[in-house]
Amino acid sequence: MKKFFALFLAVMMLSAVALAEAPAVMTHEEFVAADLETEVTVVTYVQAKQGWWDNKGTIYTQAEDGAYFLYNMPLTQEEYDLLVPGTKICVKGYKAEWSGEVEIIDIEKFEILEAEPFFPEALDITALLGTEELIAHQNELVSVKGAVVTAKKDANGNDAAFLYNWDGSGAAGNNNDLYFDVTVNGNVYSFTVESYLCGEDTDVYQAVTKLNVGDVIDIEGFLYWYNGAQPHVIAVKAAE
Amino acid sequence: MKKIIVWLLLLSLCLALTGCHGSRETAAFAVPENFDFSRNYEITFWAKNDTNKTQTAIYEKAIADFEALYPNIRVNLRLYTDYSRIYNDVITNIATSTTPNVCITYPDHIATYLTGSGVMVPLDDLFTDIKYGLGGSEVRFDSPSPGEIVPAFLEECKIGSDYYAIPYMRSTEALYINRTYVEKLGYTLPDVLTWDFVWEVSDAAAAKDENGIYPVNGQKVMIPFIYKSTDNMMIQMLRQRGADYSTSAGEVRIFNDTTREILKTVRDHVAAGAFSTFKISSYPGNFLNAGQCIFAVDSTAGATWMGSRAPHMDIAADQVVDFDLAVRPIPQFDPSSPRMISQGPSVCIFNKADPQEVLASWLFAQYLLTNDVQIAYSQTEGYLPVTLKAQRSPEYVDYLSRKGEDNDMYYSVKIDAAEILLNNTGNTFVTPVFNGSASLRDAAGQLIEETAKAVRRKKTVDDAFIDGVFSQVASLYRLDQIGENAGRPAASGEDMGPLPSTAVFLLAALAVAWVLIALVFLRNALKQRKTA
Repeated sequence: MKKFFALFLAVMMLSAVALAEAPAVMTHEEFVAADLETEVTVVTYVQAKQGWWDNKGTIYTQAEDGAYFLYNMPLTQEEYDLLVPGTKICVKGYKAEWSGEVEIIDIEKFEILEAEPFFPEALDITALLGTEELIAHQNELVSVKGAVVTAKKDANGNDAAFLYNWDGSGAAGNNNDLYFDVTVNGNVYSFTVESYLCGEDTDVYQAVTKLNVGDVIDIEGFLYWYNGAQPHVIAVKAAE
Repeated sequence: MKKIIVWLLLLSLCLALTGCHGSRETAAFAVPENFDFSRNYEITFWAKNDTNKTQTAIYEKAIADFEALYPNIRVNLRLYTDYSRIYNDVITNIATSTTPNVCITYPDHIATYLTGSGVMVPLDDLFTDIKYGLGGSEVRFDSPSPGEIVPAFLEECKIGSDYYAIPYMRSTEALYINRTYVEKLGYTLPDVLTWDFVWEVSDAAAAKDENGIYPVNGQKVMIPFIYKSTDNMMIQMLRQRGADYSTSAGEVRIFNDTTREILKTVRDHVAAGAFSTFKISSYPGNFLNAGQCIFAVDSTAGATWMGSRAPHMDIAADQVVDFDLAVRPIPQFDPSSPRMISQGPSVCIFNKADPQEVLASWLFAQYLLTNDVQIAYSQTEGYLPVTLKAQRSPEYVDYLSRKGEDNDMYYSVKIDAAEILLNNTGNTFVTPVFNGSASLRDAAGQLIEETAKAVRRKKTVDDAFIDGVFSQVASLYRLDQIGENAGRPAASGEDMGPLPSTAVFLLAALAVAWVLIALVFLRNALKQRKTA
């Protein structure tokens, strides 16, 4: 009996130590409430990736209750390749904010979890554009319906449906980001094709370079933030 | 016996193939006696702009003008907005022998490119070539002579005993100041600010009232002092203090007591809410223009983004605050002897099998030093032309004299920034260049970033922490692998020292295999002769 008791105590102690060391996984609500620069642990699902670079990858993720942007997560090329869309991961890092974008940085640990893949439905934010509620959906997969492509000024001051780089300083063949404006509900909003996410060889990049002023389109992308909403577009098609 | 021969042959073949692995070496370049106009050349130019459409237009015009002078040379432009991406792509392309012909670069990066033998073209012979050199008799444009390039800027392009680049544009860092808030806090702005002054004002500005409002700007956000490039911050502080950073041969000496002292200063002012960095908070100019920062250190090449009336603006118009902006040299420990970094793009040329193609590349690179290109590009930002010919030209002197005429071409902050470098060229310095110097530069900044983040994360930053950061950063940037020979480029024909043991083994195995094959053939021949 004594032996059994001793064994039981040992198991309990080990379990307690293991529990103490295991990071407490947060809900998205708890993540939002956490102070900046605090350690956070979340479970989420990979949705898209910017390229692997210098042993780091920047990853768009979303769980059932909210989205997380993982900035410069240290990982090998092999690990990066395993993070296909839908993959469930547990990530431990620090909550940070850069120009309004709330993200997880300095990721110390991530783990791939066995689970069915998760793919969220894109949230229609057409009615939320320009409102204060929009930021609650930061980093989520979102869509905008019936947006009218609106002219920007190119490097020579001419009207253009899109620009290579924010001011038209780029050119075709350089894998520059694309910027285009759309009018929704009477207001103009800017959208970006982030070339590290969707480069020149992708359908969306090609589609945006074929836009014309006045086209009516549906847009899908991740609700990234840079001094305000700046969605990273992953799909564009003629409005349904 | 046949099997043995087959195996030996296979082994030899494998060893031979192993020896071929990697990039092919191109023969050392020699300046051709004449440029062959009967042939057409297509060269690639990898350039970097500051996401500035005027800079792009200047590159395009320079190419068009050059092609008009040399109709047999076609220049293909590839534009980058990030030096590190160019660096990465060049390294990738060295391995496949597909480097560009002409490339915007930093000397730190060239030091890495030079580890591939014959990859880069040393420019010494090209500089002085009577026909095609700087100011050469056969050059079809008004090229500067070697003496017309600012000597300090040209020297920055010397690696070891050879020149491997020509300077293209030069900048330094400037301190962009919200003078309105400095005076509101009861201080008067000196001509050259000390670090103590900046820290003192920043600490004063960081005080909040009971409602979490900063009295100086009446807002809930205020980061009094933001530094864009913490690499430069550490490097310049060390240089101003006369402290070690590295030797010219590549010995890393950054982990010293002065560095420790600087990190403790950073700790104290981060803790006071007085200091942050670009990597942690975002662009200093955005906070400055929103009235949320008093001291913003950024490149003089970022001047067009600074100020309430700046030509470039990254924040919404309703967030911009009106204030009086002053531009000064970066803070100093000894204002009577200011020291500041010299930085900015240079141009290098990659070696090719065809010397005529290299000569075509050189002619184009040299064209970038003409007054037309130098003056136009320098006016896009707070850059300084690298030639005395351009700096002293009536056109450039007129440009400087019209400071403040408008908020575009003659934007006062931009010209003030350029004048900081113009008036302090003799006070600039660069860090030693060697294979690994780019990593050491990154490490210098990382020390500040790690310290600042640790304070924000409520960690104890003491000597033990700093020891840990020293060790972590040294490991992360592999500083322990930067050896005494790091400063020596792999010039063609140079004694490279003893071969690595693996190479010795492979070569020995190859020799043994061939000896064995010869013996077997000899034996068979003798046998056949006997049989006959």
